[in-house]
Amino acid sequence: MKLNQLTIHELQTLLREGKTTAVAIAEAVFSRIDAVEGRVNAYITTAKDEALAMAEQADRSIGEGALKELTGIPVGIKDNMCITGMKTTCGSRILENFVSPYDAEVVKKLRDAGAVFTGKTNLDEFAMGSSTETSWFDIARNPWDLDRVPGGSSGGSAAAVATDECIAALGSDTGGSIRQPAAHCGVVGMKPTYGRVSRYGLVAFASSLDQIGPLTKDVEDCAIMMNVIAGYDEKESTSVPAEVPDYRSFLSRDIEGWTIGIPKEYFVQGIDPQVSSAIDGVISDLEKLGATCREISIPHTEYCVAIYYIIAPSEASSNLARYDGVRYGFRSPQKEDLLDMYKASRSAGFGAEVKRRIMIGTYALSAGYYDAYYKKASQVRRLLRNDFDRAFETCDVILTPTTPTPAFKIGEKADDPLQMYLSDIFTLSTNLAGVPGIAVPCGYTDTGLPLSVQFMAGHFQEGKLIQVASAYENNASMEKRRPEL
Amino acid sequence: MKLSKADVEHVAHLARLNFTDEEKDTFTSQLNEILMYMDILNKVDTSGVEPMTHATSLNNALRDDVRKESLGTERALENAPEEAGDCFKVPRVIE
Amino acid sequence: MEYEPVIGLEVHAQLLTDTKIFCGCSTKFGDMPNSNTCPICIGLPGVLPVLNRKVVEYALKMALATNCSINTNNGFARKNYFYPDLPKGYQISQYAYPIAEHGHLDVELNGGKKRIGITRIHMEEDAGKLIHDEDKPLSYVDFNRAGVPLIEIVSEPDMRSPEEGAAYLRRLHEILVYLEICDGNMEEGSFRCDANVSIRPRGREEFGTRAELKNMNSFRNVQRALEYEIERQRNVLEAGGVVIQETRLWDDYQGVTHSMRGKEEAHDYRYFPDPDLVDLSISDEWIEEIGRTLPELPLEKRERFISEYGIPPYDAQVLTTSRDLADFYEQVAECCGNPKIASNWVMGDFLRYLNEEKRLVRESPVTPRSLADIINLIEDGTISGKIAKDVFEEMWKSARPPGEIIKEKGLVQITDTAMLEAAVDEVLKANPSQLEEYKAGKEQLFGYFVGQTMKATRGKANPKIVNEILRKKLAGL
Repeated sequence: MKLNQLTIHELQTLLREGKTTAVAIAEAVFSRIDAVEGRVNAYITTAKDEALAMAEQADRSIGEGALKELTGIPVGIKDNMCITGMKTTCGSRILENFVSPYDAEVVKKLRDAGAVFTGKTNLDEFAMGSSTETSWFDIARNPWDLDRVPGGSSGGSAAAVATDECIAALGSDTGGSIRQPAAHCGVVGMKPTYGRVSRYGLVAFASSLDQIGPLTKDVEDCAIMMNVIAGYDEKESTSVPAEVPDYRSFLSRDIEGWTIGIPKEYFVQGIDPQVSSAIDGVISDLEKLGATCREISIPHTEYCVAIYYIIAPSEASSNLARYDGVRYGFRSPQKEDLLDMYKASRSAGFGAEVKRRIMIGTYALSAGYYDAYYKKASQVRRLLRNDFDRAFETCDVILTPTTPTPAFKIGEKADDPLQMYLSDIFTLSTNLAGVPGIAVPCGYTDTGLPLSVQFMAGHFQEGKLIQVASAYENNASMEKRRPEL
Repeated sequence: MKLSKADVEHVAHLARLNFTDEEKDTFTSQLNEILMYMDILNKVDTSGVEPMTHATSLNNALRDDVRKESLGTERALENAPEEAGDCFKVPRVIE
Repeated sequence: MEYEPVIGLEVHAQLLTDTKIFCGCSTKFGDMPNSNTCPICIGLPGVLPVLNRKVVEYALKMALATNCSINTNNGFARKNYFYPDLPKGYQISQYAYPIAEHGHLDVELNGGKKRIGITRIHMEEDAGKLIHDEDKPLSYVDFNRAGVPLIEIVSEPDMRSPEEGAAYLRRLHEILVYLEICDGNMEEGSFRCDANVSIRPRGREEFGTRAELKNMNSFRNVQRALEYEIERQRNVLEAGGVVIQETRLWDDYQGVTHSMRGKEEAHDYRYFPDPDLVDLSISDEWIEEIGRTLPELPLEKRERFISEYGIPPYDAQVLTTSRDLADFYEQVAECCGNPKIASNWVMGDFLRYLNEEKRLVRESPVTPRSLADIINLIEDGTISGKIAKDVFEEMWKSARPPGEIIKEKGLVQITDTAMLEAAVDEVLKANPSQLEEYKAGKEQLFGYFVGQTMKATRGKANPKIVNEILRKKLAGL
């Protein structure tokens, strides 16, 4: 096995035992990038020189006996998180040349833990989308089938991890943008509880929904990453000062006696039969491990899409108002006066999907509609959250498919409105309720495309997610493969 | 309560965006979709329900009145599309 | 037809915190453009706001000082609009849930008092500064001011004349300065005022259509603008026209208000609660703690000075123009036991020297104790009033107490009647022709003899005693 094909924990062992170096690992990763990146396009910016310099520094630290949680581990960062001195484009023309003068808090934490940054991964523009097709910097492709999407919006991060172009990556999730690409690329992806991981330095899409989370090759790596990035940040007012447990302590604990909730509203018509069958397999595996699966109800599920499509664009329309060509970013050369400059810069700088959401959000907040739209949606949101609180009183975790289908072909949005509806509700609900969710590979289709199961837990119960995911992973009746790329 | 093209133009102006006529037509139907979502939400009885405008129940996130490092003029202007001396330069508002 | 003006005032006051409302940049005025900025206050991608506790404290202080009720649960909202001096494309302000509401101020007017209502006080961030190029169609933006904390104080439309408006404004201003939460500098923009003006036929209850006035950068200009606008609206109505609801800019140079109609569009601010900030929950303990730190406010202090020290309202007004001056005066009054004389000295010589040298009260080389001493030295006859002026000048220059100076220069007043009788005799002897003229009836020469005696004693003679002695001697002639 090549170094870039290993997991964080495997590499940590090798580094600790002096059997390899950080530079060797970084070189292996960049070698892989050279080999496949042209076909996958997982990255917007690769940072080989910086990475090797960081790797050299890591080796020096190791030499001094200072081996930290991520020393020498190459990590990809989704290009909507700020890194000092590097471009942060958000996959958009409007930020095409923006260089951040500051680090996002999670970037700082990874740096302090000794990680090596491989570069900035590709995404749907401003994280708005579920296929990475709206990136200004060309689409990313699914390493399992280059004619298919990797999912989105963290498609670049998921693809890079899946094809060993980095050992782990950070993504962001507003309505499923970590979990859905993780599912389509056959990797592990976690969206933490809202307020668990600092949003400082994450370019905002929908402020009350956004969360940063890890995409990794296995559950143990997910726990390692969470240990580093989770925690209170005084620079974020919505950061929650809850203690961070050692997520690694939840690995390999049994789930004997656990109750696993199966929400009936999620298991309706529209799910691809291969997905259903894989999920049945997961349920069966979990029951063999001593858990009981029972049906529960999340009564307000049917309103998820409506709530999301009012709240997310409303917040986004306001968050994206700062992209006006005044202080940074793209400014249209055609600018007779200020109004002209604003309109020309924003119209040329933003892609169609982003503009669409800005329009929806602007309309929803416009004069006289706040009470009718945003406020109403916020009220129903609370009812949905109450549903989840109630559900977790009777079960340890909730289980659902992560997506209703495997990855779709590039250019082909789902025609089936039922499938579109399901793909939304599977992931949106956790962002709306603020609860954590994890996507874990659980099989393959007959054509070799990854399938995924999702677990959700109560607020700040990421430990339970690690526990059930790791229990499943260690005992799954599915074999682990890698893309043939 | 359906939206007209004029409504769309108004929203576009509020958002500082230009659109072609076809795009405006598309938006007219897309924005009308929201009305559809709202019809769905209006089926829910929310009397007495506190809006969930914040995703956490935290309050009083306060900081002390203590100086932190500033960027300084040069770094602040680093990404400026156009500058003049120490300031950001923009076209004038037409009075 | 008699018309009555209806005036409401909106004041924006910059708070004297060290750092901005949502980031740790300095709020200092006048630094190099864009030097006091950071990713947060220039609205870079990915940044987040965190509220400065001191801003809340200062807002609570003002709320308590203006008798408002505090909304113990209040929060921030985004006011969305595009302008180059607004980094995020929205201003973080308070909309539905301001920190305080339903207060009032008592304003002293024409010997009486009028109560002006305060609708609300809320916290918000200031925008940057936009400077227009004089020749080219360009503007320049400096974000040092972006994020400086403001409180907006909105009055009820309770004022009925420009004088009332100006008086309310002055009262608000002095309270803010007394509380030490704002420096009240209108030229530098730390205290700004917009006005809403309408007129209605006297006796009518409904309000007329109002105009919003902006760009008045001094108290005087506020009053002038209000006077002009009221007259303008009266002329419009009397000509059979209709007052249009619009924003008008005050033109200080021409002395008129200009309509902004056509240049301004109705703003749709799309207010919604800011998801990046959590709500404020103000505890009773916090409110009590703030209440305990409130100083005596100017109006109360003036009333106390009048009743406790027996000084006239005019004196009280002058002496309370600043807290420091009022404190200084009180210390003098207490030490010397004669509040009216203390008042004369403080309002007179003390303020004159202070203003000439453009010093602050706390920079005075003369201490309250010293000033009280010199007053006592005059009262007990140790020195004359005239000598005292010279002594005071020396006190100011050398920052020494009067006793020392008097001793050093031997300025003690001569009260020894024997000595003074001798001096008077000398003077009368040395001026025989004037004495003859006086005896012939030229009574004004009395002053001449006094003057000569003072000269002979180098000003140290007690003038009262000299007067008595002279009178006796001349009467006896």
